[in-house]
Amino acid sequence: MKDIIIPWDDRDLGTPPRTGAPVTLTVDGFDVTVPEGTSVMRAAALAGIEVPKLCATDSLEAFGSCRLCVVEIEGRRGTPASCTTPVAPGMIVRTQSDRIRHLRRGVMELYISDHPLDCLTCAANGDCELQDMAGAVGLRDVRYDAAPQVANHFAPRDSSGEANPRWLPKDESNPYFTFDPAKCIVCSRCVRACEEVQGTFALTIAGRGFDSVVAAGEAGDNFLTSDCVSCGACVQACPTATLQENSVIELGVPQRSVITTCAYCGVGCNFKAELNGDQLVRMVPWKHGKANHGHSCVKGRFAYGYAQHQDRILSPMIRDSIDEPWREVGWDEALTFAARRLRGLQETHGRGSIGVITSSRCTNEEAYLVQKLARAVFGNNNTDTCARVCHSPTGYGLGQAFGTSAGTQDFDSVDHADVVMVIGANPTDAHPVFASRMKKRLREGAKLIVIDPRRIDLVKSPHVAAAQHLPLRPGTNVAVVTAMAHVIVTEGLANEAFIRERCDWDEFQHYAEFAADPRHSPEATAALTGVDPEALRAAARLYATGGNAAIYYGLGVTEHSQGSTTVMGIANLAMLTGNIGREGVGVNPLRGQNNVQGSCDMGSFPHELPGYRHVGLPEVRAVFEAAWGVQIDPEPGLRIPNMFDAALAGNFKGLYCQGEDILQSDPDTTHVAAALAAMDCVIVHDLFLNETANYAHVFLPGSTFLEKDGTFTNAERRINRVRKVMAPRNGFEDWEVTQMLANEMGAGWSYTHPAQIMDEIAATTPTFAGVDYDLIDRLGSVQWPCNEANPAGTPTMHVDGFVRGKGRFIVTEYIPTEERTGPRFPLLLTTGRILSQYNVGAQTRRTANTVWHDADLLEIHPHDAETRGINEGDWVKLASRAGATSLRATLTDRVSPGVVYTTFHHPDTQANVITTELSDWATNCPEYKVTAVQVSQSNGPTEWQQDYAARGERSRRIVTAAE
Amino acid sequence: MSDENLIRMANQIAAFFRTQPGGDASAKVAEHLRNFWAPGMRRQLQEIALKDGSGLDAIAVEAASGGLGLPRVTV
Ligand code: SF4
Ligand code: SF4
Ligand code: SF4
Ligand code: FES
Repeated sequence: MKDIIIPWDDRDLGTPPRTGAPVTLTVDGFDVTVPEGTSVMRAAALAGIEVPKLCATDSLEAFGSCRLCVVEIEGRRGTPASCTTPVAPGMIVRTQSDRIRHLRRGVMELYISDHPLDCLTCAANGDCELQDMAGAVGLRDVRYDAAPQVANHFAPRDSSGEANPRWLPKDESNPYFTFDPAKCIVCSRCVRACEEVQGTFALTIAGRGFDSVVAAGEAGDNFLTSDCVSCGACVQACPTATLQENSVIELGVPQRSVITTCAYCGVGCNFKAELNGDQLVRMVPWKHGKANHGHSCVKGRFAYGYAQHQDRILSPMIRDSIDEPWREVGWDEALTFAARRLRGLQETHGRGSIGVITSSRCTNEEAYLVQKLARAVFGNNNTDTCARVCHSPTGYGLGQAFGTSAGTQDFDSVDHADVVMVIGANPTDAHPVFASRMKKRLREGAKLIVIDPRRIDLVKSPHVAAAQHLPLRPGTNVAVVTAMAHVIVTEGLANEAFIRERCDWDEFQHYAEFAADPRHSPEATAALTGVDPEALRAAARLYATGGNAAIYYGLGVTEHSQGSTTVMGIANLAMLTGNIGREGVGVNPLRGQNNVQGSCDMGSFPHELPGYRHVGLPEVRAVFEAAWGVQIDPEPGLRIPNMFDAALAGNFKGLYCQGEDILQSDPDTTHVAAALAAMDCVIVHDLFLNETANYAHVFLPGSTFLEKDGTFTNAERRINRVRKVMAPRNGFEDWEVTQMLANEMGAGWSYTHPAQIMDEIAATTPTFAGVDYDLIDRLGSVQWPCNEANPAGTPTMHVDGFVRGKGRFIVTEYIPTEERTGPRFPLLLTTGRILSQYNVGAQTRRTANTVWHDADLLEIHPHDAETRGINEGDWVKLASRAGATSLRATLTDRVSPGVVYTTFHHPDTQANVITTELSDWATNCPEYKVTAVQVSQSNGPTEWQQDYAARGERSRRIVTAAE
Repeated sequence: MSDENLIRMANQIAAFFRTQPGGDASAKVAEHLRNFWAPGMRRQLQEIALKDGSGLDAIAVEAASGGLGLPRVTV
């Protein structure tokens, strides 16, 4: 089967769309009807007439500075700029006349007189709007001569050899793009893109008139030292070669493109992968992408180089024991070896002695096949996904309250929010493109509440400030959320009409009585939570009465021993205030990795089949038994932490782990390492020899998202297509590898394209019933549930009623975690991530993104540092009862006294040596966010780190087939 | 799997359901365990429940005594 890409209209219409009553006007004799507020330029473009333009582009509000877009309008004097002139009924517009042509040529002539004429060797040759416009206006000669005495800004020296004071050198500080001021036409598209689209405000136009130049940051800054987050929006907006991707400078302008989806975070941005042949030249966020609307972050746009990295393993490898070096073998030999071992283990230790871990990074089709491998071929339910360690409490908590774990909104919903409450999430780092949307709404006046132990960037950034920041003590989420409910209930702010209509009234009564208890008041809980009661009351009032209020939450909610309880508490708040079931409100879990949502949807959890249906239900099993022709075990299987425990007890012996580095990403590394070492057949299917592979017996090379077909489902339940951009370097797409392993074990599968896997998913799973590749190609993407009732998908959930019927209020008693600070471990460690790195960093560490983050740092409050004699940049030892590691410290008041913070992107730091075995009560999601620790001075890496590095090196030895 | 871990996990579950209105905490704990714990873990928990002084929450002990959907373990 061949992928057919529907040709979408990617033209630049000059100014953004408007919604409004229809207005009809005439452009060059053609009638065109557009919404009120639309610019004349856009109306003309919609009628098929492109008005020349330079400073306008349809991702930005019109600016009206270049005056190339002038038109004549009957009954109006002069020649108005079409980009800034709104349409009016009956307007008669002419886009061409002698007068207009003359004016446009004059404008172009002026621009070109201060622009170098080196088009043939310019990196933007063939992709330059200045060039196009010179052609479009028929510029034939330039009368202004750049004579020595007439200053220009592009020549380093004038013809007498004197240095030109107006010339500025290239800024090559950013690893992915170059700023060459010589080519700048000062259209300010870059400045506006940084403000309007990205919301970072890193760029300004410095100087005035003839002397104006684009500047990053303050005087003396370059792009790297400024606030720039390297999103690339300015590069994309620049009409000239001034801001240009280095890959285009190096490889030339791309000639073909394929639309696909980013494989990093849960935002799920659509991209145009632009290539020459099979050489990827650049990734350009796709303007019709419904999650990203033409924007992206540094990871998706620039950090794809790992696909070509020399560390990538391209041929299968096996070894008898993990002390031996790897042996490169052919696919057949590796698969036979793996299949024999797995079957042998089942014969000796029982059917349940092996299992699988699916990945949130792989496609839906791949995750579906891996769980099918466990259920239909292994004959057990030992399947789990790394979502276990991030959003499993969302699944349980929202499932209990609403009847489905689905996030309730699409991203566009934030445009209608009046109050945004962010709990335990750091969108500007972890969900950057959505954060830009959120910041745009906040700049328009929506109010922000942040509940987080750390002062995340959102609390105070250019033109955005939180109305309330509640810096709670890690581990006290439930107490804070319940205290908010206390305020809402006792101050009479609950939406009784909504509750009576939509929720179970008896359960509400129980809950209201519980929440109203004075022991839950902000004043009573302040000593515990560390949150100022007045601030908490103000936040609760704002949430309840500020209009449309939307909650966005992340792993700071779920990764706790009471993660599921906090999720329920959040659902309670939304129901109490009626903030659910329409645009602008809702409960929105921000999923970390690209396909967390999808891997959960696909039945990766050990207790449920695809579509969140318990494996104990005979009617559900019957559907799959009929489709697969096997008996399905009705009992839940092992979850990831249970697998490790069972391995240490000697009952769990074999694991197929696809695209997931459990050793680095799971808590209590020492425990995980011991569990892996206790297994007899660990199969790692990945791009690189990751940390887990140190304990593996079989390595199956994986393919990148650029090399396969499939779908990812983002945090808004949006199913996006991943399209094969180039052939897999390892020879097979990942679903093919899983199929080969299954068939080696006797499965007899015969899929020839992932579309057929999706068809099987649709046939067995009611919420996916209407999904197929044709539909996604036609619509661009679709949000499940997608079925007969909602053939084009479902942007907002629970509109007329909750999935479970009546919404359920659940009592959320605060139960402190067993992890307590004490004399030995007096500080609380919480963990997180940063923008430029992704998860365990296997991909991003293998790109130039390391210029922004080359090591994990420990954030510590200056007060805690001082009492320990720690200075900025010192090596410190970070110890918990689980283990110790060392890293460098940075002193900041972003964290409160008593709290320290670090990221987990680098294996040599291995923050998870410190985290403990404690987990969420309902789902075993690890408690990453709270660990009691001590910080002390140190000279460098701990003994554990040195051992670990040595072991890593030893177990990565490879004997190639030729030797 | 270590008894200690299972006991801690079961106690956490019991602690949640103890706080819920309605009074049938042990039945809810049992249901939760049946839904989310693999049979091997449930079996081991039953054995733990039979021992005195294991540290297992009384609600979890009661839940386990109902069999957790498995053939009942007897002494
Ligand atoms: S890359 Fe993004 S953040 Fe940096 S200057 Fe350009 S638009 Fe602003
Ligand atoms: S850098 Fe590009 S976008 Fe920015 S002002 Fe110059 S030409 Fe315009
Ligand atoms: S990492 Fe996330 S925000 Fe960045 S481009 Fe990819 S999907 Fe978009
Ligand atoms: S495009 Fe209208 S003024 Fe520049």
